[in-house]
Amino acid sequence: MQRIFKILFFLLVLNTNLASSISAENSSKLLTTDWSFKGPFGKFDRASLQRGYQVYNEVCASCHSLKYVSYRNLSEKGGPEFSVKEAKAIAASFEITDGPNQDGEMFTRPAKLSDKFVMPYSNEEEAKSVNGGAYPPDMSVLVKARAGGADYIYSVLLGYVDPPENIKLDDGVYYNKYMYGNKIKMPKQLSDGLVEYSDGTNATEEQMAKDVVSFLMWTAEPHLEQRHKTGFRAIVYLIILTVLVYFSMKKIWSRVETNV
Amino acid sequence: MSDHNYTPSSKFGKWFNDRLPLLTLANHLTDYPTPKNLNYWWTFGGILTFCLITQIITGLVLAMHYIAHADLAFSSVEHIMRDVNYGWLIRYIHANGASMFFLAVYIHIFRSLFYGSYKAPREIIWILGIMIYLLMMAAAFMGYVLPWGQMSFWGATVITNLFSAIPLVGESITTWLWGGYSVDNPTLTRFFTLHYLIPFLILGLVVLHIWALHVPGNNNPIGIDIQKPSKDTVPFHPYIVVKDLFALLLFMIVFAFFVFYSPNILGHADNYIEANPLVTPAHIVPEWYLLPFYAILRSVPDKLLGVVAMLSAIFILAALPWLDTSKIRSAVFRPLYKQFYWILVIDVLVLGYVGAMPAEGLYLLIARVATAYYFLHFLLILPVLGKIEKTTPLPLSITSPVLGGSADLAMAKNTDIRKEKL
Repeated sequence: MQRIFKILFFLLVLNTNLASSISAENSSKLLTTDWSFKGPFGKFDRASLQRGYQVYNEVCASCHSLKYVSYRNLSEKGGPEFSVKEAKAIAASFEITDGPNQDGEMFTRPAKLSDKFVMPYSNEEEAKSVNGGAYPPDMSVLVKARAGGADYIYSVLLGYVDPPENIKLDDGVYYNKYMYGNKIKMPKQLSDGLVEYSDGTNATEEQMAKDVVSFLMWTAEPHLEQRHKTGFRAIVYLIILTVLVYFSMKKIWSRVETNV
Repeated sequence: MSDHNYTPSSKFGKWFNDRLPLLTLANHLTDYPTPKNLNYWWTFGGILTFCLITQIITGLVLAMHYIAHADLAFSSVEHIMRDVNYGWLIRYIHANGASMFFLAVYIHIFRSLFYGSYKAPREIIWILGIMIYLLMMAAAFMGYVLPWGQMSFWGATVITNLFSAIPLVGESITTWLWGGYSVDNPTLTRFFTLHYLIPFLILGLVVLHIWALHVPGNNNPIGIDIQKPSKDTVPFHPYIVVKDLFALLLFMIVFAFFVFYSPNILGHADNYIEANPLVTPAHIVPEWYLLPFYAILRSVPDKLLGVVAMLSAIFILAALPWLDTSKIRSAVFRPLYKQFYWILVIDVLVLGYVGAMPAEGLYLLIARVATAYYFLHFLLILPVLGKIEKTTPLPLSITSPVLGGSADLAMAKNTDIRKEKL
């Protein structure tokens, strides 16, 4: 019996260790901040997500798409939770191509809640030709697609430094302390006061990076809050049931002299 | 066993049972005499059944929403994660369920290795088990391809390319497997079909596995045969059912931690990047449960011999009942084997570790030593050990705490009693 708990304990420790060791592949180097969504009870900070959307929209969206995210998601529970009216207004500020209509013509119309986020480029080739051959990756699941996750994206955003003397950079290539291989084709984007937050938050580089990475964490895991909540309930339920079954087992096995 | 004497109490039950003896089967399953002294390592059979059923049910739901097409697979998975009600839960259970399945199967296999459950008269159970394990690996590999991420695509490329190592016909076989000249849409659709088929093949083999188990009955931690069923065994229900349920619930708590709190920890970040045939990931690694075999594959410099070594590492297990020459089942009474057993466990863990590391320098050297030892264990150590090892005395029965003199004597008694029964 004791052995079982030892093993269970070992597995849980292994789980958390794995979690920290993998997310921390470069952890000695990666920058981090007090993410509100970390941990088993982690939740998104609504205000931060809303600010993060603003940073995405004003800074990132000109090159990076969010092709799996819909405008309706902006007002859904567990996300930035804009009001439906606000989300509609956000959607309507974008033009999308629809059609063909009855005359066989494509036409443009304001986006609706049901539309996916409008993409900055019509195709990958256009994106590449505009960005010196580099394709700005879609950011819908970017946080999950990089070892190091939120910390990694946060670090890259803040990791622009002057290159060491022995490294020569081509035109349009920038040096980043945290990027894999240290070379990145995206120039430094954030600078203090770049956006003006409507809630009066001071738009420092770190603040903007934190907000936009929180927003991207949400786009990658839109059901994170529900997952944490359901998980807590499921595990509490399982533990109670396990205890009940344990005592039933003890009772049943008391009829034979063998111990369980 | 009591099944032969079983008659249903109701008239309809009797009428039905005479035509299809389902009630006899149910009676056999509830009354099935199980050794009293099974420890918790024996609960993993039930846990594995749970894993298989969970994978089939969640897989069924996923298949309703998934689109097996190279252009749509990745986005259909994102659709499941975002828009399908509880799609994220179903997918995370299925993806982590594969890992849990392998965790349980490795414990199950190593339990069998420790207690000698593969020895006579249980060789067929063991071989069926190895077949299930092989099919599990095939199913897991193909399942990993379906989301059509970078690791899916490049994993599929690496593994299917192994077939090209076959002399003369290798290239043609690879082309045939791919349904083209590279991993592409035809590969994806056939992998999806097979991924859907294999679990049902596994289910069929599981039925045979359990059937074969119910002929000689369970092995047990002491590894000696049942002497007196009335004294040494308990009926499967309620004793083993409640114990299995308790262990299953503990297992489910661990499972739930992965699903709800670190659902992507066992996967690879690159698989959230859509497959791109023009960009190769820096390190192509399989899922953790295939890493020991991946290490064996890479430790051999020649491609064909590497594939042969990897396959032999699995198939050698099927010959285990004959490679292990010791008549004593349980490692409890085999002081030397016990030590070699733990060395093997460490060896496999080391192989798993170096399988995840780049195949160069020190890692490659360790992989080679560990691979060599793996084969040495089965081909040399086990056969010789059975001949030279001095085992400790066996007890006379499961319930009797008295040791019955020499091991050979007890074995002789066992066989005598078995003969008497016949």
